Amino acid sequence: MTNLTDLTLTGIRDGVAGGDFTATEVATAFNGAVAEAQEALNAFIVTTPEAALAAAAKVDADRAAGKPLGKLAGVPIGMKDLFATKGVQTTAASKILEGFKPEYESTVSQKLWDAGAGLLGKLNLDQFAMGSSNESSAYGKVTSPWRRPNDTAALAPGGSSGGSSAAVAARIVPAATGTDTGGSIRQPAAFTGISGIKPTYGRCSRWGIVAFASSLDQAGPMAHTVQDCAVMLEAMAGFDAKDATSLDMPVPNWEAALSGDLKGKKVGIPREYRIDGLNAEVAKSWDEGIAWLKDAGAEVVDISLPHSKYALATYYIIAPAEASSNLARYDGVRYGLRDLPDGANLQEMYAATRAAGFGDEVKRRILIGTYVLSAGFYDAYYTQAQKVRTLIARDFEEAFKQVDVILAPTAPTSAFALGEKTNPLDMYLGDVFSVPASLAGLPAMSVPAGLDSQGLPLGLQIIGRPFDEQGVLNAGLAIEQRAGFSAKPEKWW
Amino acid sequence: MSVDTATVAKIASLARIKVTPGDLEAMVPELNGILDWVEQLGEVDVTGVEPMTAVIPNTLRLREDITNADPLTGGGIRDAVLANAPAAEHGFFGVPKVIE
Repeated sequence: MTNLTDLTLTGIRDGVAGGDFTATEVATAFNGAVAEAQEALNAFIVTTPEAALAAAAKVDADRAAGKPLGKLAGVPIGMKDLFATKGVQTTAASKILEGFKPEYESTVSQKLWDAGAGLLGKLNLDQFAMGSSNESSAYGKVTSPWRRPNDTAALAPGGSSGGSSAAVAARIVPAATGTDTGGSIRQPAAFTGISGIKPTYGRCSRWGIVAFASSLDQAGPMAHTVQDCAVMLEAMAGFDAKDATSLDMPVPNWEAALSGDLKGKKVGIPREYRIDGLNAEVAKSWDEGIAWLKDAGAEVVDISLPHSKYALATYYIIAPAEASSNLARYDGVRYGLRDLPDGANLQEMYAATRAAGFGDEVKRRILIGTYVLSAGFYDAYYTQAQKVRTLIARDFEEAFKQVDVILAPTAPTSAFALGEKTNPLDMYLGDVFSVPASLAGLPAMSVPAGLDSQGLPLGLQIIGRPFDEQGVLNAGLAIEQRAGFSAKPEKWW
Repeated sequence: MSVDTATVAKIASLARIKVTPGDLEAMVPELNGILDWVEQLGEVDVTGVEPMTAVIPNTLRLREDITNADPLTGGGIRDAVLANAPAAEHGFFGVPKVIE
């Protein structure tokens, strides 16, 4: 019998529907893989084997009764611990939410359960999704399943969706949810040799997702293949009246329209992304990607996105500003941690609770955000950043008059070692290629392109027009078909 | 523009985060590193450019003027609202005394 944990999401869906194996067998196999890897990888904050089995039992019963099955029937998944799950602890990887068991279910997770998926557990992440290496979690770092050859150094799985990327790459979940504010789906996908897509801002409801930077946050799937991402995104997306920025548009059938044939399509190569000192192997991988898309029939066009160099600084004003406002809700009154020193008054309780509950990176961003929004500095920092953001979005609009999609590297390097980046600014600079699409609200995906000379995965990023997830997925598929990426981390856990 | 210890202490107070003098010492250079770097935005010519308000054009909707149209976000769910409170008392959120 096939090793069930090696199957793709669509492989599981089709196998369950066709009766090759049961959903219960699949859930049991993944529950075992999750338990076996937990100590070494720390990909999960909470595991929920019973929930996975219960969802599987329902799918098996429905199938036996001849009832129609959902898009994800029999597929157990990992849920980033940023999505509220009713009755299951939801922490955003912060001490300040330890023990928080939501009384409600996020829209996206509910849609996934309605489609027949089951919950294997809540995946670790950077605290409040702030980070690019998963080292800021209050529940311990996640270790990537990837290692350099003959080297046991622990590598970063990327961030902030690092539990998601590590779990998919280690084949302990077939697919996972992620969220992307400045690259938190795409960069970890690139670091671990998997695929992930951030849809157009508004495609997936933000209701029930712990807020970081509301104008940027978007949920999306992380999985082994482009097709898997298409299927899972169909299940996650859709209008939700509970999110004021939700797009009131029908969800296309992305899977059915997948095609790696790019004849008549134009692919833009942004010259500003060839930054000084660009890693030679990343540059080579980008060139290979260009050749693959040409081979798929696309015409390659040199384009300019002149304000790209300002995207990171813009992001690191806007995201902390929004975070400082969003995170004001953690006050030790309504949920989560309370630190009430002897004799403290209400204001002192707030300050003590927030000091004890937030990690260093979260505090840093709240302070930066508070500063840039404070009287006297608001215009110089925040308003200026929002104006530059307009220019960055305009660059993309101009470019998309000439081209259908844009191809770029996902990240400037392959995975680095845990503990290697100690200066916050060094960490921020790693988001250089992923942040611009976030600032413009555009759909963007990372697909595996190959391995570098250290034997570590590199990803390529496709950025599309607003609402054109199909164009992004199709270009991703064209790369996937040509890259022939089949490398897996060798099991050491 | 760079920040000094007093400014960081003031920001921390605005953000309701208690910081020790040792924390402050460590934070000043870190925050200045970040602020010096974002200063580069000052060189961008933004004459006549409107600040971004919505990345994807969208219209704000009004919901139906019905109470509890959605039971999840409606009223009458006191116990659920209080379920995660660290100190719920008598059907209220408990807080330290605020009136002397």
